[in-house]
Amino acid sequence: MGFLDIRNVTKSYGSVQVLHDVDISVAEGEFLVLVGPSGCGKSTLLNMIAGLESVTSGEIAIRGRVVNGVHPSKRNIAMVFQSYALYPNMTVAQNITFGLEMHGTPRAERERALADVAKLLQIDHLLDRKPAQLSGGQRQRVAMGRALVRDPDVFLFDEPLSNLDAKLRVDMRTEIKKLHQKLGTTIVYVTHDQIEAMTLSTRIAVMYRGHVQQLGTPREIYDTPANVFVATFMGSPAMNILPARVALRDGVPHARITDAEGAERLLRFSQPNLAGWDGRDILLGIRPEAITDPEGADRKSGNIQGLANRVSVTEPAGSDTFVTMVLSGRDVIARMRADASVGPGQDFDFAVNMDKAVAFDPQSEERIAP
Amino acid sequence: MSAVTQDTAVSTGRVARAFIYLLLILFALFYLLPLYVMGVNSLKPLQEITGGNMMALPATWTLEPWRAAWSSAQIGVQPTGLKPYFINSILMVVPAVAISTVLGALNGYILTKWRFRGDTIVYGLMLFSCFIPFQIVLIPMAVVLGKLGLAGTVPGLILVHVVYGLGFTTLYFRNYYAAFPTELVRAAMMDGAGFFRIFWRILLPVSGPIAVVSIIWQFTNIWNDFLFGVSFGGTSQPMTAALNNLVQSSTGVKEYNVHFAAAILAALPTLVVYVVAGRYFVRGLMAGSVKG
Ligand SMILES: Nc1ncnc2c1ncn2[C@@H]1O[C@H](COP(=O)(O)OP(=O)(O)O)[C@@H](O)[C@H]1O
Ligand SMILES: [Mg+2]
Repeated sequence: MGFLDIRNVTKSYGSVQVLHDVDISVAEGEFLVLVGPSGCGKSTLLNMIAGLESVTSGEIAIRGRVVNGVHPSKRNIAMVFQSYALYPNMTVAQNITFGLEMHGTPRAERERALADVAKLLQIDHLLDRKPAQLSGGQRQRVAMGRALVRDPDVFLFDEPLSNLDAKLRVDMRTEIKKLHQKLGTTIVYVTHDQIEAMTLSTRIAVMYRGHVQQLGTPREIYDTPANVFVATFMGSPAMNILPARVALRDGVPHARITDAEGAERLLRFSQPNLAGWDGRDILLGIRPEAITDPEGADRKSGNIQGLANRVSVTEPAGSDTFVTMVLSGRDVIARMRADASVGPGQDFDFAVNMDKAVAFDPQSEERIAP
Repeated sequence: MSAVTQDTAVSTGRVARAFIYLLLILFALFYLLPLYVMGVNSLKPLQEITGGNMMALPATWTLEPWRAAWSSAQIGVQPTGLKPYFINSILMVVPAVAISTVLGALNGYILTKWRFRGDTIVYGLMLFSCFIPFQIVLIPMAVVLGKLGLAGTVPGLILVHVVYGLGFTTLYFRNYYAAFPTELVRAAMMDGAGFFRIFWRILLPVSGPIAVVSIIWQFTNIWNDFLFGVSFGGTSQPMTAALNNLVQSSTGVKEYNVHFAAAILAALPTLVVYVVAGRYFVRGLMAGSVKG
């Protein structure tokens, strides 16, 4: 039993089921990120934990206490909303202490809690201002202050950074991470941004169409995605997915693909469990950073395969250069070092790190290897 | 070259502008003419009106018609002036405006933030009530008031006006609160504020503009209402009914100067409300559509 348990929870609006049998157990101090495209049910799930939406079936328990039907204010949770939801008519100080006031905390104690939070978030100088007089980043801090001041069991964040500009978003992301490391609180965090999910979380639940597609650590999600959806949703640029056929050579499984000219190529798999798929079609997943120039290849990998192919497009992006080529009829992106000398139309010797390759069943799109 | 065209443009602008102002002033004068006539004639002795020019300023200035209109003119059979009726109107309009505005705000709050099954139908029906003419409800209303024992009383009139105004005030507040972020209500809920606390501490403080709209609308309508007043006023007739009695009275000499003074007295409160709160009125009407 975890600190926060979501047990076989479903949610329907009338006849439309928007969440299917969600089962997640969150340990104390964990940073769980719910990530998925818009409309997949992340906010609904978060609101159900908060008590703002009813649970159609299943149970939600916090610290072992089932909270279905318990009023939001009695769950000992706090939430940071996407729009920050600061009360426009109150000052920052009043915004932060409103919850304490509603819970009947004595004034002296409220002031002390306010002072602590203001110091932690460095908003001491803003306490007398109204929300309209704050910048986006400052509003974000105040919204977090309002959540922190109540010292809740669980923090809920619903896309808290999506209203900030790109630079501030990265800064606040770091700040949230620091805060979590410092306070060690349990957090459930909703985002549609896979980078936020990867950088912040201790565990990620990838959601799609009301189903949890995969629940795991960022590493697990990234390296061994449960299916094609997770593989392509997490990571930027997305994982390359190309049709291939498994062929055994001396009992070792290889992926048979075609290059830009349509000529057949073989890439040896590191995963022996594909032997049973001999002669069958699969989907081969390779992340862009697993296809590099030979000098940039991962030295620790035990299985770097050479692959000469025609380059179609190069896109220098400062820190890296992205190279597009055609494999098995699909555009495939490779990630080179910034100074790799490669140009369009050129035949180039790529190095493919097959240790990182993933294979999917083409019908079910589920992962079959590793 | 360009300087020349610019110069022409400016001078054309001036001519056009002068023309516009002239037109505006003419319209304003035309619009103010009745007020002028009422004003000057209410300050003349009666024989100056009957014997002379309506447009002329008073030869002898007097406040006597005002005093008479207020406290001694014959209303029906009693020489009471408008004073008791003015008080009736105040006793009716203040609670009626307050109650209908507060209830409208509560309705708007519930219809937008505490949605329930069939809430759109409820709202639709309330909206529908805005389009029901007064005359249709006269008889049912009379029956209800009789059953309640409120016929012919000020509380009866208050009830009538609250019921009739509720559709409008609900409409105003519902549309205003629809633009109010629901996340704020949810945040307050999580902070532990209950139904009334959220209303009182979160929504009401930002409801100023729409409250002004509701108050002005209700005040002018209720103050100026004649039909409900004569039908259900009984012994507690409002100002409008009294004014009608005074002006329409068929016995004795028609004291036009007193009538003018009485008419101005009857219109004064709504005028004051507009002057004091008018600029918030437009602002409030805009607030729902253009979110700041
Ligand atoms: N009150 C509601 N009534 C009907 N459908 C809803 C309601 N709220 C959300 N939905 C639907 O539930 C799905 C999940 O919504 P949501 O949890 O907000 O998605 P997101 O992952 O973008 O946060 C969406 O398809 C949405 O249309
Ligand atoms: Mg959402």
